[in-house]
Amino acid sequence: MKVGVLALQGAFASHVATLTDAGATPIEVRRPHDLAEVDALVVPGGESTTMSMLLDIAELRAPLADRLADGMPTFGTCAGMILLAVEVLDGRSDQRSLGAIDLDVRRNGYGRQVDSFETDLEVDGLDGTFHGVFIRAPVVERVGPDVEVLAEVDGRPVLCRQGNVLVSAFHPELAGDARIHRRFLEAAFASGTAAT
Amino acid sequence: MSETNRSTGTQLVKRGLAEMLKGGVIMDVVDAGQARIAEDAGATAVMALERVPSDIRRDGGVARMSDPEMIEAIKETVTIPVMAKVRIGHFAEAQILESLGVDYVDESEVLTPADEAHHIDKWAFTVPFVCGATDLGEALRRISEGACLIRSKGEAGTGNIVEAVRHLRSILGDLRRITQADSAELFDWAKRLQAPLPLVQEIADTGRLPVPMFCAGGIATPADASLVMQLGAEAVFVGSGIFKSDDPAPRARAIVEATTNFADPTLLAKVSRGLGDAMPGLEIGTLETRLADRGW
Repeated sequence: MKVGVLALQGAFASHVATLTDAGATPIEVRRPHDLAEVDALVVPGGESTTMSMLLDIAELRAPLADRLADGMPTFGTCAGMILLAVEVLDGRSDQRSLGAIDLDVRRNGYGRQVDSFETDLEVDGLDGTFHGVFIRAPVVERVGPDVEVLAEVDGRPVLCRQGNVLVSAFHPELAGDARIHRRFLEAAFASGTAAT
Repeated sequence: MSETNRSTGTQLVKRGLAEMLKGGVIMDVVDAGQARIAEDAGATAVMALERVPSDIRRDGGVARMSDPEMIEAIKETVTIPVMAKVRIGHFAEAQILESLGVDYVDESEVLTPADEAHHIDKWAFTVPFVCGATDLGEALRRISEGACLIRSKGEAGTGNIVEAVRHLRSILGDLRRITQADSAELFDWAKRLQAPLPLVQEIADTGRLPVPMFCAGGIATPADASLVMQLGAEAVFVGSGIFKSDDPAPRARAIVEATTNFADPTLLAKVSRGLGDAMPGLEIGTLETRLADRGW
C-alpha cells in the first residue's frame, strides 16, 4: 500500500516524517499523476484558502473528489479537516470544501494565534492520553449521524471518522507521537485488503 | 463540565503556526484593499505595515509600527493570519500588537530601531515572533531570545535578490558545516557565532535550525521565489515586490504558484509569462542605508 501526503502548502513535511516513523514510505502529492499512484492520502494543515486555490491550479480537485467518492482512506488535519468537511463557517464566501465527511466546521473557531493551545486528549481506542496541539484550529459545529467522534475538547469533537475518512482539528504530526498515523495506516491497509 | 487544561503561548504552538505557513507566500500590505488582493492571490498570511520597504527607503524618516486602526481593518478583511512589524527592541509596540490579537510579530530591521543594543525578550509574550538574520549566529541569538521563526533578511525594498541569496547561503552553509564538526569543535563554533552552545549542539544533532527558516528581502519575480526555495528556504516573504510592480494581482498569484512548484521549470516558465514590469530594482552598492545591518 502506498500513502501520499498532499504537498501543495503547509505542514506536509511533518506528516511525511510522522508517517515514516509509523513505518510507511510516503510520497508527496503535487499533481494528478502523483494522486493516481497512492492508495491513501493525508491532507495536512496549512492555510485552507491557499490550499483550496492550489488544488484548482494543480487540477487536483476533480480527481481528488473522485478518489474520495471511491472510498480512498484519507486523513485530514486542521486545514485538511476544513477541506474535507461539508460546510465551512466563517470562511471566505468562495471557499469550497470536498464534503467527504458529514461535518460543519467553523474556521479559527478557537480564536486567533494567541488562543492556540496544547492539551492532553483521551482518544477512543488509544491507551493513555495523546498530546493535542491546536493552532488556529477549526471548531466542529455540526456532526452528521454517520460520524463517529473519537476525541473531544470541552464537549466539542476534535477527532472524527466516517467510513475511510479520518479528520482532526489538532496536529498529531507535531506531537512527536505516531500512534494516530499508525492507526490510520492500519485501517487503510485493512480496507485495501478487504477491497481486493 | 470543567474546562480542559489548556496551555497557550508555548514554543510548540508558536513554532506550529510557522509550520503551517511553509511552502507559502507572506505578503506585505499597507491597507485592507491590498490585504484582500493578497488573500485572493493565495497568500498564506499578510504582513501589515505603514509603508512598504521601497517607500521607507525613498521617503526616509522614522518608520514605526502601523496604526492599530489599519491593523484592525486588515484583520476584519481577511481570514488568513495577520502579522505586523515592530521596531527592533520596541517591546511596547509588541505589547500593543499582542493586545490587538495579531497572529505573528515581526521584530524588523525594515523599521527604525528603537534600541541599539537589545532585541525584545520574546519569551515574555504569548504572541509568536519572527526575526531577520544575515548569518547563523544572528539567527541563533534571535532564537535564544525566543523567536519562533527566522527569515533571512536580504535587502528589503531593493527588488534585488543578491543579499537574500548571500544570507541563505551563509546560514545553510554553516548548518551543513556544523554537522561535520566533532564535539570539541562545537565549542569553537558557539564562540565564533556568538551563540548559545546548546543550540549549536542541537544543530549538530539535527542538521537544521530549531525553528522554520523563511526568506525575505528582494523577491520580485516567480523565478526569485523558486531560487530561494531551491536553496533551502521553507517559505517566502514578499514586500515591495508585489504592490510596487505594474500589475500586483497576477504577479502575486504567480509568485504563490512558483513557491509551491519551485522545482518545476516548465510550470515556472508558464507562470512567469506576461506579468508586466517587476518593481524597479536597486543596485546594492548604491544604497545609502543597508537595512540588513540593523540588528545585533
